[in-house]
Amino acid sequence: MEVDTLKTLSAAIAIGLGSFGPGIGIGILAGKAMEAIGRNPEAAPKIQTAMILAIAFAEAIAIYALVVALIIKFV
Amino acid sequence: MEHISIIPQTITTVLGIPITNTLLTSWLVVAVLCVFAIIISLKIKEIPGKIQSAVEIIIETFMNFLETIGGSREIAERYFPFVATIFFFVLTANWFGILPGIGSIGFHGENDEFVAFFRSVNSDLNMTLALSILTVTVSHIVGFVYVGAKGHITKFLNFKNPITLFAGILEAVGEISKIISLSFRLFGNVFAGEVLLVIISFLVPYIAPIPFLGMELFVGLIQALIFAVLAMVAFSSFSTSHEEHEGHHKTTSNTSPNMVELAEKV
Repeated sequence: MEVDTLKTLSAAIAIGLGSFGPGIGIGILAGKAMEAIGRNPEAAPKIQTAMILAIAFAEAIAIYALVVALIIKFV
Repeated sequence: MEHISIIPQTITTVLGIPITNTLLTSWLVVAVLCVFAIIISLKIKEIPGKIQSAVEIIIETFMNFLETIGGSREIAERYFPFVATIFFFVLTANWFGILPGIGSIGFHGENDEFVAFFRSVNSDLNMTLALSILTVTVSHIVGFVYVGAKGHITKFLNFKNPITLFAGILEAVGEISKIISLSFRLFGNVFAGEVLLVIISFLVPYIAPIPFLGMELFVGLIQALIFAVLAMVAFSSFSTSHEEHEGHHKTTSNTSPNMVELAEKV
């Protein structure tokens, strides 16, 4: 296989596999946040704020994978 | 196909220092923010007009938000200048990257490669790395100032027993990882958004980029918020010593969830 083919393939695999974990993580986070809001609707703004923060942390991991994929493709 | 480069492109060199298009855009952002601030501050009245009250609402909202994160109003007010500067700079820089003209007006440089005059500021790893190194350094300086040199070093080099020694070294490594994660989070989000916009505009120039531009707006806001919140958490966690921190847990148990405790569990 040529280098170019391998490069494209590896970039695709990097971001494809790298978004498994964060996807599941964000799903679990949001699910728990929904539960908490359902139990206690008055605390919804506080829960929402904490949820958005935690989701950004989890998403950062996916972004690392994306950066690796972009570096493979464009550098 | 548009040439997407992960490296910022140099436009000119001044006295041997290369001036990149992201640097030009950051100067533009700083100029816009400074001009806005000066215009607002020239006409401050006791009974505010429309623009002044809008700015006051924004600042008040952000201050209340920082209060929920830092724990107390006093801590929020102490670190508000630095954290709010980071927030407004990153927010304006991100939103500037969506404006028409940024990234599309340029010239053809060497190898027939398209070089834009302006480019989104945080799509340059140098910029985000500078911001994150600055933030982490200032957080350590804050630790030295408010807890004392001994109290601050004890957090990282604690010879009481092997466990605390190990935990301290892990904390030190965590600081390095904080620099890397802060810079890469912002860089990845903004650069990926830029690449996405370029590709979508290349494929379907009309109508289709609209939802992606909306997503860019949202992502720009969230990333600015995250950066500011993480800076605030670093400051407030370093300006409390360990014993104070225990009391901190008990006194704030009846208030909103403390972001410091949240981040320390992460």
